[in-house]
Amino acid sequence: MRLPCPLCGDRDRREFYYQGHALMLERPLRDAGDAAWDNYLHNRDNPAGETRDLWHHEAGCGAWIVVTRNTVTHEVLDAILVEKARV
Amino acid sequence: MRIAGRGFNRCAPLVTFTFDGQSYTGRAGDTLAAALLANDVRHVARSFKYHRPRGMLTAGSEEPNALVTVGYGAAQDPNIRATTLEIYDGLTARSQNAWPSLKHDAMAVNDLLSPFLSAGFYYKTFMWPKSFWEKLYEPIIRHAAGLGALSGETNQDTYEKAFAHCDVLIIGAGPAGIMAALTVARAGADVILADEGMAGGGRLLSETYDVNGRPCEKWAADQLTTLSNMENVRIMTRTTVTGAYDQGTFAALENIVLGNPEAPKECFWRIASQRSILCAGALERPIAFPNNDRPGIMLASAVRAYLNRWGVAPGQTVTIFANNDDAHRTALDLIDAGVTVAGVIDSRAGALALGDYPMFAGGQVIATKGRLGLSTITVLDCNGTHDIQTDCLAMSGGWNPTVHLTCHMNARPTWSEDILSFVPIDGAIPKMLVAGAARGVFSTLGCLAEGIAVANNTLRELGLIESQIDIPTAENSTYHIEPLWQVDGKGRKWLDFQNDVHVKDIVLAVQENFRTVEHMKRYTTQGMATDQGKNSNVVALAVLADATGCGIPETGTTTFRPPYVPVAIAAMGAGSQGHGFAPERHTTSHKATLDRGAPMMEARLWYRPSYFPKPGETTWLETCNREVAMVRNHVGICDVSTLGKIDIQGPDAGAFLDFIYCNTFSTLRENRVRYGLMLREDGHVMDDGTTARLGLNNYIMTTTTVAAGQVMTHLEWVSQALRPDLLVRFASVTEQWAQFAVAGPKSRDLLNSVLDTTIDDENWPFMSCGSIDVAGVQGRLFRISFSGEHAYEIAVPSRFGASLFRLLTAQAEAMDGGLYGMEALNVLRIEKGFITHGEIHGRVTANDIGFGRMVNQKKDCIGNAMSQRLGLLDINREQLVGLKPVEKTGRLTAGAHLFIEGEAAVSENDQGYVTSVCYSPTFGHDLALAFLKDGLKRHGNRVLLVDHLRDVQTWCEVCHPVFLDQKGELSRG
Ligand SMILES: [Zn+2]
Repeated sequence: MRLPCPLCGDRDRREFYYQGHALMLERPLRDAGDAAWDNYLHNRDNPAGETRDLWHHEAGCGAWIVVTRNTVTHEVLDAILVEKARV
Repeated sequence: MRIAGRGFNRCAPLVTFTFDGQSYTGRAGDTLAAALLANDVRHVARSFKYHRPRGMLTAGSEEPNALVTVGYGAAQDPNIRATTLEIYDGLTARSQNAWPSLKHDAMAVNDLLSPFLSAGFYYKTFMWPKSFWEKLYEPIIRHAAGLGALSGETNQDTYEKAFAHCDVLIIGAGPAGIMAALTVARAGADVILADEGMAGGGRLLSETYDVNGRPCEKWAADQLTTLSNMENVRIMTRTTVTGAYDQGTFAALENIVLGNPEAPKECFWRIASQRSILCAGALERPIAFPNNDRPGIMLASAVRAYLNRWGVAPGQTVTIFANNDDAHRTALDLIDAGVTVAGVIDSRAGALALGDYPMFAGGQVIATKGRLGLSTITVLDCNGTHDIQTDCLAMSGGWNPTVHLTCHMNARPTWSEDILSFVPIDGAIPKMLVAGAARGVFSTLGCLAEGIAVANNTLRELGLIESQIDIPTAENSTYHIEPLWQVDGKGRKWLDFQNDVHVKDIVLAVQENFRTVEHMKRYTTQGMATDQGKNSNVVALAVLADATGCGIPETGTTTFRPPYVPVAIAAMGAGSQGHGFAPERHTTSHKATLDRGAPMMEARLWYRPSYFPKPGETTWLETCNREVAMVRNHVGICDVSTLGKIDIQGPDAGAFLDFIYCNTFSTLRENRVRYGLMLREDGHVMDDGTTARLGLNNYIMTTTTVAAGQVMTHLEWVSQALRPDLLVRFASVTEQWAQFAVAGPKSRDLLNSVLDTTIDDENWPFMSCGSIDVAGVQGRLFRISFSGEHAYEIAVPSRFGASLFRLLTAQAEAMDGGLYGMEALNVLRIEKGFITHGEIHGRVTANDIGFGRMVNQKKDCIGNAMSQRLGLLDINREQLVGLKPVEKTGRLTAGAHLFIEGEAAVSENDQGYVTSVCYSPTFGHDLALAFLKDGLKRHGNRVLLVDHLRDVQTWCEVCHPVFLDQKGELSRG
């Protein structure tokens, strides 16, 4: 598997550390309540199809990126820096 | 038998090797199979289950029978295919799965028992009683059935792994692959042309026709020379592409020429390509007729390969049995070489002879004879039965495109009525196109033309300009085939030669209702051997389809999975043995530490000294006790460079740290140090350490040794994803600074003996930091303590680390001090109740370790919100306490659990557990840190420490986790 780091180009998957869904970018406010924090930390969908997840180019430039990929076909559709992925 | 003047390696030098202890001569470029056949050795193996005599079936990597063991002892390599193993001087090969000898195999009795050993036999027979399986049945079966064996010794051979990148990977260097390579290479693309053979050319190396007016093997060699002279082309021979993976990644196994002890045996490649073209060709398949497995019965294309390529006739009187035109070529080539062709049996009623040989149109082979090798076949045709004396039968049931790689990402091939086989579907592997015989195009001209066309499609997809290349002239015969899967008649008709599966086994599977292809496969083990049924699967499917009454397309195929050929684990894990298993990180004091005889321990990748033994000291504990006392009474030196150091700079550095740590750092004064606690977002402790403010916008953070990488990743995450608004940058400087702890009552005196300007307590109070000079080198000094003593840590750029270590050691020893290792460091910190990852192991909160008040509720920070969850504030949680044995000699052990008096020591009654333990020379008994339910309120109580594993029970008194100097007067003083 290879991932297109926006800074380094196509790189082997082994250079990256996998974090989980890009939902982690949407950090609740401190007083958002237990339910919001529980969702943020623990509850994830397990989609068969497109998903957006976080990878860290740990053995490369150090960038955190959001990768859009298909869990069924393994197709990688897009990769952007997390700074640009924040709403 | 070698035919004079034939074979493409006829002028090659002679090579001597042994097989089963007998010495033979072959030619360089021979495979072991070719060389053995040249010496009239055709019985080379015993089959897996029934121990039937077997010879070579094929001339390639799909070989199911001719597996041998090469070498002896640790270098013993089992299950090597004789059909791909190149001979070399000194090669020693042995047959497998036969005892006492290949000719007289005691286990051949299995063949007589075969009516009782049919498919599913194991499942039905060895069900009960359960314990018999492990103790009795399995050992017997393992002894009786099997392939080659490993020696059990550690393999000392070297293997390699490597990475390659290219625009276009072309898999297979036959006619299609060569033309594809020429086409893409001329357009300037970066090309890798990989072929499993010792030379490129594919089938062109085994045929006698012309391409562009040149003998085809010479034409292939010319083109490969042209390609190898191009800078943008890499030709990888002896390299089998074994798997297709995501994003154009392929695995490939390169066999290095054997016989050179200096060279690695195999190299495992990972090839990343933009586009790929599969030109893997096709594999001939056998026909299931009674006793079709005797040595001497082989595939027609293999007979042609042995004859044309290596000049070897596999028999003196050859017969041919086929259902297609292609096999007739074998007869023509044999006759041309002067070998007797005793008949061509073609199952097609209207088949015509293409040359001067006896023809049995509409005929079938219904029986064979010959105990250790073929001697006679019986043919049935419209004129009745005929016995023919023959020592080699060349069979062909047609050709199967080599579709395996196209199925590695879940695609299924489709059935083609034209060629009676499976062909790949388009788009089976993203960015891969298929050309030539692998797509069911069997004429040479067709393969050449497709190679060009598919390569030009690839160029278009890459945005490159297409190449104008003429299609060479070549044979363009059409492929005529009529179905013939099995022949009626008495006797077992073998399908999977390696796993000893025959037609009746499949029929039995259907009778037992294992009707789908995947069920049939598991029931019979069809296609589950090391050859993965490359020859046999399609025939087996046809037999299954016949038995169930479903058509072949409806029956479908089983799943082809990587690797295409067996890959040694040693090749995949090449380099990762011994010292190669993990990188080693050494401090600047590493050599001096080893010179002093200190045993090393691992801390992640770092190596750190356990203790520094002195002459006369016989146990680690004796040394450790001395080192602890030395620090408490005099002064000790310890390399602490392995702790993570992160340099943090920028106008928002303080705000950033306030968000990272649960306590506050923006208020820290310059030249001051503060202890910080870092939470995970779920409210548990991530790491701890001290962070110093070196300047207005500059901090230096220390992490624990083990969490350094994790913390760095975390800082990157917070900075890039959560707080990109903060103006801050940071970098790991762990490797750039050598840092040493100088601890003990004499530490200030020691420093003043080496620093260019002396220090005093007034200007350097506890938790201060700043620049110092030592022998003209600018460094940093931190007055911090992990021992509880008056202590410092001094840091210099790494290049001065070794000399500063020597200087500090010499000064310390002159003051009754010296070096101390991790064991003493651990005792010192337990006596002071300082935590490590033994305590902050991922399931504890700031409250649990008594630091709840550090979580500043006036600001947001990572973990702040979740640290206030009700569950984490529960007073019944386990809290950090100290433990002392009630009897001074009582033994404490890490990992032990705690119980209340009178309650059984079972998990339901568990009160807590011990995380760290030491013998304290300062107190003269064991000490422990532990987590105990509601522990803060239980100081002074008694608990029973129970260690079921070490059989220890000790009464303990619960106490404050800081055993020594609770007010911290020593470190402040
Ligand atoms: Zn990168």
